Amino acid sequence: MTTDTTAGSTATPSATEYLILGASILGGDAADLLIRDGLIAVVGPEAADAASRGAVTIDAEGLVALPGMVDLHTHLREPGREDAETVETGSRAAALGGFTAIHAMANSSPVADTAGVVEQVYRLGLASGWVEVRPVGAVTVGLGGQRLAELGAMAESRASVRVFSDDGICVHDPVLMRRALEYVKAFDGVIAQHAQEPRLTEGAQMNEGEVSAVLGLTGWPAVAEESIIARDVLLAQHVGSRLHVCHVSTAGSVEIIRWAKARGIDVTAEVTPHHLLLTDELVRSYDPVYKVNPPLRTSDDVHALRAALADGTIDVVGTDHAPHPSEHKECEWAQAAMGMTGLETALSVVQHAMVETGLLDWEGFARVTSVAPARIGRLEHQGRPLAAGEPANLILVDPAARWTVDPSTMATKGRNSPFRGLELPGSVRATFYAGHPTVLEGRLATPRQAPAASMTGEAPAWNI
Amino acid sequence: MTVPASKSGIHKRVVLAEADIDRALTRIAHEILEANRGSRDLVLLGIPRRGFPLAQRLAQKISAVDPAVDPDLITGQLDVTMYRDDLRRNPTRSPLATQLPPSGIDDKVVVLVDDVLYSGRTIRAALDALADLGRPRIVRLAVLVDRGHRELPIRADHVGKNLPTSSRERVRVHLAEIDLIGGSAVNEVVIEDRL
Amino acid sequence: MKHLLSTQDLSARNALRLLNVAEEMAAVGQREIKKLPALRGRTVVNLFFEDSTRTRISFEAAAKRLSADVINFAAKGSSVSKGESLKDTAQTLEAMSADAVVIRHPASGAPARLAASGWIDAAVVNAGDGTHEHPTQALLDAFTLRRHWAKLDGTPSAGTTLAGMKVLIVGDVLHSRVARSNVWLLTTLGAEVLLAGPPTLLPVGVGAWPCTVYYNLDDALAQRPDAVMMLRLQAERMNAAFFPSTREYSRRWGFDDGRLALLDTMGLDDTVIMHPGPMNRGLEISSAAADSPRSTVLAQVRNGVSVRMAALYLLLSGDSQDDPQDDQPENQADQPDQLATTPEGRTP
Repeated sequence: MTTDTTAGSTATPSATEYLILGASILGGDAADLLIRDGLIAVVGPEAADAASRGAVTIDAEGLVALPGMVDLHTHLREPGREDAETVETGSRAAALGGFTAIHAMANSSPVADTAGVVEQVYRLGLASGWVEVRPVGAVTVGLGGQRLAELGAMAESRASVRVFSDDGICVHDPVLMRRALEYVKAFDGVIAQHAQEPRLTEGAQMNEGEVSAVLGLTGWPAVAEESIIARDVLLAQHVGSRLHVCHVSTAGSVEIIRWAKARGIDVTAEVTPHHLLLTDELVRSYDPVYKVNPPLRTSDDVHALRAALADGTIDVVGTDHAPHPSEHKECEWAQAAMGMTGLETALSVVQHAMVETGLLDWEGFARVTSVAPARIGRLEHQGRPLAAGEPANLILVDPAARWTVDPSTMATKGRNSPFRGLELPGSVRATFYAGHPTVLEGRLATPRQAPAASMTGEAPAWNI
Repeated sequence: MTVPASKSGIHKRVVLAEADIDRALTRIAHEILEANRGSRDLVLLGIPRRGFPLAQRLAQKISAVDPAVDPDLITGQLDVTMYRDDLRRNPTRSPLATQLPPSGIDDKVVVLVDDVLYSGRTIRAALDALADLGRPRIVRLAVLVDRGHRELPIRADHVGKNLPTSSRERVRVHLAEIDLIGGSAVNEVVIEDRL
Repeated sequence: MKHLLSTQDLSARNALRLLNVAEEMAAVGQREIKKLPALRGRTVVNLFFEDSTRTRISFEAAAKRLSADVINFAAKGSSVSKGESLKDTAQTLEAMSADAVVIRHPASGAPARLAASGWIDAAVVNAGDGTHEHPTQALLDAFTLRRHWAKLDGTPSAGTTLAGMKVLIVGDVLHSRVARSNVWLLTTLGAEVLLAGPPTLLPVGVGAWPCTVYYNLDDALAQRPDAVMMLRLQAERMNAAFFPSTREYSRRWGFDDGRLALLDTMGLDDTVIMHPGPMNRGLEISSAAADSPRSTVLAQVRNGVSVRMAALYLLLSGDSQDDPQDDQPENQADQPDQLATTPEGRTP
């Protein structure tokens, strides 16, 4: 990709028109796109004619144009653990990874369980300007699993929270889970459940199976996830609510979700890139970079998850991007923190696991990384078709690129990438967030300036 | 007696044939008896691996001269691996067994037997090993070949053959008890040199 | 061998080599001067994050018999804090120029982590990690079994394997690093391994192990094992609902006087009873069984020093991480060839 400016002007953040030439739309026919005033103004051969003289021209031959990716599952660590990640560094990583919207999980410190905290995260996202940052609200006060947090207040705050989750901890009390599912119907919210039966996973370190038997690490059995999912889909059916299942990791969970969907239960499910590629065999190294919750499973599970993502049983890819300071990984397995970074590798891993295996085409890729997550999170301006009049949240991807993962060069503060040293396909060449290029030539460009009105609270930032 | 150079580019020269080795051992056996004024208190300790069969052969020859001697009762093996001064500089060696005759070595006349005397470091190690096992009255050294290049103040009491060599060369001793070459047991001493 | 971390990754050849060297080390233990100069000037650190006086003393004796300097570092209860402890401690030891670190740690994989981390150059010896492995215990068990097996056979121990031997391991396999290390090592050496224990104390995934699993001890004994290894029942398991009561455990899984008599009735005159110690007498093993002529408990302790000497010697002598037998430089005739001890190497 080369970026060219016509009429001698330079590609400055103030440039408001971008003319993309010859991008393959969702992997299909090549077309030109004109981006103006935050919108896709024209798609097709007339785009060049419609462009003004100062438009920045981007040669996108060989690149695929996709809607900007939407992550339902990101840990930004701010407030509280700014040594691990900040909204600024996390959203830079997101932009580089091809995201135009991310959902910041609630397990910050303090926990995002009040309107005040979610508004703080929301405001930090606006100020950063690399992607749309949507806070996830905690389901229970302090993630304590005892009392419902003020879900309504968070929903009505300026952050307009729609996704609620105690992620990291399961809402295991069935009555509390039922009430949460019922309550969020009032504002079209969704409960994103971290499915993990706590008693069955006390001290759990890795997938329970042949490898844990050899390594002598306490097992995290698949049934601990599956039993909660089974319970929750039945609860969702009973109260007629929407349920989202975070990071599905087992073949058995897939079967339960498939069954629930066949019965018409309003459940959606998510899989992480790492669960689409890695298995518990990696734990044999005892390298805590492979320690994650839910744990890496077996190759049978990986294949079931891929098939489920392809056939729609699993709706979305969520990164569960979980950066940790190095001291939390430079220790014994049992003492290490759980979690992996994922924002800057998600596209490549999904291309590798799903597109290059023929399980998904690029349109399918757009469905699971953008369209479906935007719908679940109720982000009306994200995950839209690449058509005239639509918000210009889109990315340009070079599917032929090959690169070797080097965590030390990433924008995230986390160095805990399990893909370190792997050669992966696909690279994000440009990211347009609300018509503004946050990434050009595969490198960070400039953040979008938040509209003044959004900072004063009169209009949402993405209202363009 | 020049063997054609092998494929590996190593030139081999047989310097002692089977009969030469046998003659040398007979002479050493007599020397040992003479130096000891008989077979009294004699113990022959071979240094693995090839020193041990040489010690056995010497004991047989001593027994042939003095039928009162049971060769098995005066022969033993002394492993020196753990006493070497180059353990850290070479790949790990596995120690071999040390077996002393039933009479032990205290107040005995111990003849250390080895195939080739070169730097003298093996014998230095053997002397240390011996000191941890007991206190012989006298310690002597018998070798089949002395090739020179000593690095320590050590000399042999009984030598089968003095072989002037360059340090580039290798002296290989093949004994039928241990060495099979081309499927048949061989007794010979060879000098190898890279061409 | 650069490290000794597990028996699962120990080849049959390296295992046999270690056991053969241990035979020579055992001979040193019979001498008046029980000391060899092989590791003079080398430093061995016993890094114990868990109390285990028995294992520590055994390693200490082994290192001292090889003339190494020994530093005992009991990290448990010291100022060593969670999380950073292993790395910081490792770097401290590196700064002290430790040549070998013998590590006992409550976390499975801690020795492997230490060996692979790059925090330290020293050879790492796993002296028991969590519920993972305890390779030197398995090696001393194999050494004890091999001597027994060779004696029955009338052959020297060195060089022989455990082919044809049937070993039954009984008890809490789930939490036992001794059981894991023995399963891999004994099968590598040719033995057939049987496991018996309550289903709650056998790991999920045990079906993939090269063993036959029995839930009933008497069914397992009916297979006529040549050795029965009783595992220690840890106190913390007794109240964790793995089984209804210690009495029931003892009745169903304990090697009691009745089962001791059964061996006689079955004509299993040569079957030995093993225990890694310390024993819960009256729980997993009766006093009569522990003190019977069949018991190898004391031989196991004695053999521990020889096996640990062999391990330290093989790890610390030599400059090569490769198996020297694979890539052996030609030696001067002045030097003995570097061959593993073989039957031919043993003199009459």
